[in-house]
Amino acid sequence: MRGKQKATGVDDLIDENLKRAFQDTLEEGVPDRFMALMEKLKAAQDQKPPKENSK
Amino acid sequence: MKSADPREEVMEHVPALRAFARSLTRDPVSADDLVQDALVKAFSNFDKFQQGTNLRAWLFTILRNCFYSNRRKAVREAEDPEGTLVGALAVKPDHDGRLQMAEFHAAFAKLSVEHREALTLIGALGMAYEEAAETCGVAVGTMKSRTNRARKELAALMHLDEEGLGSITDQQTAAIVNAAPAA
Repeated sequence: MRGKQKATGVDDLIDENLKRAFQDTLEEGVPDRFMALMEKLKAAQDQKPPKENSK
Repeated sequence: MKSADPREEVMEHVPALRAFARSLTRDPVSADDLVQDALVKAFSNFDKFQQGTNLRAWLFTILRNCFYSNRRKAVREAEDPEGTLVGALAVKPDHDGRLQMAEFHAAFAKLSVEHREALTLIGALGMAYEEAAETCGVAVGTMKSRTNRARKELAALMHLDEEGLGSITDQQTAAIVNAAPAA
């Protein structure tokens, strides 16, 4: 009867569940571990002269 | 234009990178290790990033490449029994939708990695097919058909095919679809 509509319903259901499945991770923000890592990487890079700069 | 230093922008993509990593590894601890590898690689390759192009897709591609190269290494070192990984995704405790969510995670974990990544990029993270295709290094048409096949497979695993959908009650459907994100 409503074959097409049902298929779309299934797709929507799946997408809603997919969003929910990853929602917690997305809402967690950036854990300290990565904040610290980024700071370290940035600091290391800022200290290093660019590759092109041959002394 | 946006900020001059794309490194500043990386931070805002970390949550999505972690989600993508979880879908690939099916394990939260390995996922964060993978994100760390990808960030280190991204920083050491920033000179190769073209300003003004899609940073998110660039980062996701790096993460994906790290995953596939780690995976090849892991397969060489030891066979990882599928059973230990299945169900490793964190199950969101949710009063009404709990059973469905646990089933959903179990079914999702059974999909091939190609299907998991297609569904995560398109369905969970809302990427356009073009961006997801760029991330995975495939044609847009391939990404579309991969996503469709993945949705069908997941639906079949959860018995949500056309007949199956009729068998779950409206109440159950509403519980899955409308479950409030925050209690």
